[in-house]
Amino acid sequence: MLMVLPSAAVIAVFTLFPILQSAAMSFYNWNILKNIQKFVGFDNFLKAFQDERFLNALANTFIYTVSYVPLLVVMALVLAVFLSYAFWGSGFFRSLFFLPAITSMAIIAIVFRFILDGDIGLVSLWLNQLGIPVKDFLRMPETAMGSIVFTGLWRWLGFNMVIVLAGLNSIPETLYEAAEIDGAGKVRQFFRVTIPLLIPTLAFIVITNLINAFQVFDQIYVMTKGGPMFSTEVSVYYIFYQGFTVFSMGYASSLAFILFVLIFLVTLVQLRWFRRSEREDGLA
Amino acid sequence: MIRVSRTANVTLLGAFSLLGFVFFLPMLWMVLSSIKPEALIMGQPGVLWPAAFTADNYTKLFTQIPFFRFLINSVIFSAGVTASSLLLDSMAGYAFAKLRFRGSQAVFVLVLVTMMVPFQITMIPLYLTMNQMHILNTFAGLMLPRLTSAFGIYFMRQAFLSVPNELLDAGRIDGLGEFAIFRRICLPVVTSALTTLGVFHFMYNWNDFLWPMLMTNTTEMQTLPVGLALFQGEHVMDHGPMFAGAVLSIVPIFLLFIAAQKTFIKGIALSGIKG
Repeated sequence: MLMVLPSAAVIAVFTLFPILQSAAMSFYNWNILKNIQKFVGFDNFLKAFQDERFLNALANTFIYTVSYVPLLVVMALVLAVFLSYAFWGSGFFRSLFFLPAITSMAIIAIVFRFILDGDIGLVSLWLNQLGIPVKDFLRMPETAMGSIVFTGLWRWLGFNMVIVLAGLNSIPETLYEAAEIDGAGKVRQFFRVTIPLLIPTLAFIVITNLINAFQVFDQIYVMTKGGPMFSTEVSVYYIFYQGFTVFSMGYASSLAFILFVLIFLVTLVQLRWFRRSEREDGLA
Repeated sequence: MIRVSRTANVTLLGAFSLLGFVFFLPMLWMVLSSIKPEALIMGQPGVLWPAAFTADNYTKLFTQIPFFRFLINSVIFSAGVTASSLLLDSMAGYAFAKLRFRGSQAVFVLVLVTMMVPFQITMIPLYLTMNQMHILNTFAGLMLPRLTSAFGIYFMRQAFLSVPNELLDAGRIDGLGEFAIFRRICLPVVTSALTTLGVFHFMYNWNDFLWPMLMTNTTEMQTLPVGLALFQGEHVMDHGPMFAGAVLSIVPIFLLFIAAQKTFIKGIALSGIKG
């Protein structure tokens, strides 16, 4: 019992209690700048669904998630399949693609803000030289979110690739041999053997990345601050803005709970979907 | 590993060299920019390979940016939190795995529940609590909530479950106390799990952004990612030192990574599971 006590105390004071406090605060108009603490019932939640900026932030979170997650999973899968072959330098490339995973997203974002810059950015200048006319990526509402997604993909691709590689390695080679005897070509083997057996791994990376994508913040804070024209303002950024810029902390708490419920529901749906597809493949 | 034919070898090597170069470009650019004279960074932004090299950025780094301060803060924060968390996580994990005490099930379930709640829920009350305790912008405020982690406890519990009970019984017969059994018999068995968790904690905190940003408000207290990201927005400065700072902030982790790649990949994989 004594061995659990220090941990239990830390978690109780700095996680469990704040969760309850946050739940309570979401029913208050609580602003530490204006020194207000007034119980308002469900007003914050009602307000949230009429708050255009919050709805916009939810929509942006959604746009980020549905572009980031599928692209990431497909790219990680393709990369891992090719890198699972032992060709010259395959070990080196595995490490190379993994490298961003050890770096801080905030530092990466500083670098990306520079290379995507319209005037002095290497990427913009090179693309223009190649005859692809590009405007200032981060200052145009049409391309800013794309750049944020691109930065996220670059940071997380290798990490997810390593997980897929581990999944690929656990598929017994005899299955491929059997498929080959049955006359299945490489492509057919990929869709009939690799993909079905990789479902648990894919489920894992879809779900973890979905949760991460819903909470995207770092690169947005460093690269665009939610702009231009609120085109990259996502939920967590808006919660941060409400909580720590205007210090409307009660409202920010209720927004955080709405986000939590959304993440929770999406995760549940995903889990059920993957469990069903595993059963259909006769694996469960 | 599947071996491939000679043609496939050449094709794959060629394709990946190109792909790898494009992928590595941002990092290469960062490293090269850190040894470029300022005039070339702004004057020839489209040129990747600089016509001249300089070490100026690395000396200016310490005069133009409080880089040394950021570095010390990052080390204290990450190393302190890692050490404490390894100790407390393994103690609690051990207790949940091997000791029976009243309410252990209930407490463990509560620990698991806190793992599922995203940080955005607790960050506002935490900020208020730290404010009331007058420890905003101090190491105490920065480190207290990270002294242990629900995830680490869960992870260590799983590791300790694999230690056979016979080993513990042997210790009891030899007359060892419960803490000695933990310290001298069980802990040595789970060292690989401990290293993995240590790498995870260190990297996670070294690279973390939102939490240290909320808790600190002066350059004296900021960690590397926060300090570098904010400093540039608020001060007029040369760009070269910024890139030198970015490079140096990655170097310690990079060296560790080269030294122990396997352990590292396992440790980082934990961060994905946690997310």
